[in-house]
Amino acid sequence: MGNNRLKILTKGFFKENPIFVLLLGMCPTLATTTSAVNGLSMGLATLFVLVLSNIVISAIAPAVPDKVHIPAYIVVIATFVTILQFAMQAYTPEMYKTLGLFIPLIVVNCIVLGRAEAFASKNGILDSALDGLGIGLGFTLSLTVLGMVREILGSGSVFGWKFLPGDGMLVFIMAPGAFIALGYLMVLFNKIAKKD
Amino acid sequence: MEYFLIIISAIFVNNVMLAQFLGTCPFLGVSNKISTATGMAGAVVFVITLATLVTYLINKYLLVAFGLEFLQTIAFILVIAALVQMVEIVLKKISPSLYQALGIYLPLITTNCAVLGVALSVVTKEFTFGGGAAHALNLGESVVYAFATAVGYGMALILFAGLREHLERNSVPEAFKGVPIALVTCGILAMAFMGFSGLV
Repeated sequence: MGNNRLKILTKGFFKENPIFVLLLGMCPTLATTTSAVNGLSMGLATLFVLVLSNIVISAIAPAVPDKVHIPAYIVVIATFVTILQFAMQAYTPEMYKTLGLFIPLIVVNCIVLGRAEAFASKNGILDSALDGLGIGLGFTLSLTVLGMVREILGSGSVFGWKFLPGDGMLVFIMAPGAFIALGYLMVLFNKIAKKD
Repeated sequence: MEYFLIIISAIFVNNVMLAQFLGTCPFLGVSNKISTATGMAGAVVFVITLATLVTYLINKYLLVAFGLEFLQTIAFILVIAALVQMVEIVLKKISPSLYQALGIYLPLITTNCAVLGVALSVVTKEFTFGGGAAHALNLGESVVYAFATAVGYGMALILFAGLREHLERNSVPEAFKGVPIALVTCGILAMAFMGFSGLV
């Protein structure tokens, strides 16, 4: 049983990595990873919503009629997103501005609704919380790595610590760099995954 | 003139997909064939324009009027979900042929973040077009902006589907097959669209 729980927690990192394997949540992935810190913040924001909405949805799922389960889940998710918006506006206003539109858009992030539908609605509260935590951490890790790669290439720094003078390849901070960096990271991921 | 600037800016300069990354999941999902891409593009134009019109009015006369702006996220997503359902039912009744063409794409649109993204940004952001002062959009401008944004999305989708149809027929290294090569191609397309920046 303990082993099983560990599996639920760790599958998000590699086997069911939301970005590289399931290809979910592409919009925030591409838009907010201009630096490692931004990627990390976006990942943690999604993690927060994912864990809490998974817990609540697994608790209410038996009572929700089948016909309205999607709208019901969306309301739960939207509630936590609104709480997150308030919290971020109060405690991290700078980061809230940087991530901008992509905080309210967590509502339509397919990862969150996907986990609610595929896991939380069929499993217990503890398992659902672990599932949210695992997938959320996998998402956060992937965003941070992508943010790091783009920051190193684009501005010659890591987590704001500058190690190269000058500007770097600016294109990696802009839109085209996001697609290209993610494409090549995915190739790398596929190569590593094939070896197993 | 103002409307013209909004249209050019939304389609080319700030393309919703290639510059703002909204609606990437369906973009990668349905861009395999030109025919499916065209169907999706039509459905997106229809829903985004209608959803923005409705959410703009709800925001102005319900949420702002009663000081409930903090409910924007929840209210908008519910309105969009309900609207998509309604459009589906109405289309089925009054125009079965259009329903045949767009039908299967409609349910997918609720989770297309371009719809919620455009609806939210027209009521929360301030815009500048052609060197004018930054201002919040009025109803007419919002609808034109939403329509043009959706056309930009549809255009990017169809262009990209054309590129992917050609990619299918070329030999691609094993690890690049599918999504990775599509993403790199999309990056190059985005780079081409960067050429439009500074136009408006």
